[in-house]
Amino acid sequence: MALPCVEKHINSSIYQSLSLAFAVGISSALLVGLNIITEPAIAQRENEDKLAAIDLVMPQQHYSNSLLATEHSFSIDDRTYTVYNALDKQQQASGYVVQLSAKGYAGPINLLVGVNAELSITGVRVLNHSETPGLGDKIELAKNPWILSFNDKSLANTTSKGWAVKKDGGEFDQFTGATITPRAVVNAVHQALLDLNTKQGS
Amino acid sequence: MSQYKRIIADGLWNNNVVLGQCLALCPLLAVTSSATNGLGLGLASLVVMVLANLISALTKDYVSRAVRIPINILMIATLVTITDMVLNAWVHPLHKVLGLFIPLIVTNCAILGRVESFASRQAPLPAVVDGLAMGIGFTWVLVFLGGIREIIGSGTLFADAHILLGSAFRAIEFTVVPDYRGLLLVILPPGGFIVLGILLSVHRQIQQKLESMAALKATPELSPTAQSKGA
Repeated sequence: MALPCVEKHINSSIYQSLSLAFAVGISSALLVGLNIITEPAIAQRENEDKLAAIDLVMPQQHYSNSLLATEHSFSIDDRTYTVYNALDKQQQASGYVVQLSAKGYAGPINLLVGVNAELSITGVRVLNHSETPGLGDKIELAKNPWILSFNDKSLANTTSKGWAVKKDGGEFDQFTGATITPRAVVNAVHQALLDLNTKQGS
Repeated sequence: MSQYKRIIADGLWNNNVVLGQCLALCPLLAVTSSATNGLGLGLASLVVMVLANLISALTKDYVSRAVRIPINILMIATLVTITDMVLNAWVHPLHKVLGLFIPLIVTNCAILGRVESFASRQAPLPAVVDGLAMGIGFTWVLVFLGGIREIIGSGTLFADAHILLGSAFRAIEFTVVPDYRGLLLVILPPGGFIVLGILLSVHRQIQQKLESMAALKATPELSPTAQSKGA
């Protein structure tokens, strides 16, 4: 079936090395090419996702500027936050959308937190995570309404002790079989509020 | 035609990836905590398996034995990465659900196993049929195992199927036991091992029954097919 010239050389190490190199070349070329083609589409999808997620944590009537343009980051100690400033029609600060990362059970959990100007939470959503399917993934709204329990919470109406899962004496539920995941989320959101507060005061 | 019949029977039951060959157990145990997750991984593996078998069968005359394994591994990894990127760019809603499973396919030795033991010695058509049969066989075991673990573990069946298949499939989501508190053991990896063990023993029992029946029929001659089994 194979070409005669191939059949003659198929057992020579030169042919074998060359064929391996050829396969690597084709694969790399394919992947590089496809990456160039798909990169803008993927970036656009991610932006759409970001805007859609921002819509969920901060109602649109809350701001009148283009949020993605105000992206900047700040860090306190070794915690880094990506922040979008929400401005109302008078260009006064009306809140923040903060992207942060919590240390989950199986890797980082990326969260988006919306707060109004009084640092009271307008919404929290999970952007991505690698928690155990069926257990820790209940932090997704699609699987469990748990994440809604953050709504309207603030440093003012919830004590520092209350910012914890029930197992630790706080106000937030944990899940059967998964305490580490909700604990990580609660603590990270609490820490973010504290850090925002510090930043606002300074 | 009987060749294809045998390939299909092998893939679905006799030499099933999980039940017969005991391959692909790593992704299997990781994702079968629900039937929907099982279906997601099964479908993604099915596509890659068919493509990998096809490419391997097409190139078999030009790839020397000595470098066949590295070339096949490279080809499978490339296919998986391509699937990942294409889904992410153009079928984004599906990628959000399947995204978790796609990298797991690379760890799926079943694909390399089929390419090595079957597709690299066959013409393209039988190789594609084999990929399809093996993929469907893998998918049903994943869904079955996930279904059992989901029903016992959390009292639901096909929960969240609409995220994977679209909202038309909300109808297949069942709550089998309402207000069920859940049996965590079955959801966690040990539960996977336990249910898988039961499945394997049931499969073996049925196989033995079938073989003894076939042997009865085949007497007085010694049936050669019954001896080659059990590898």
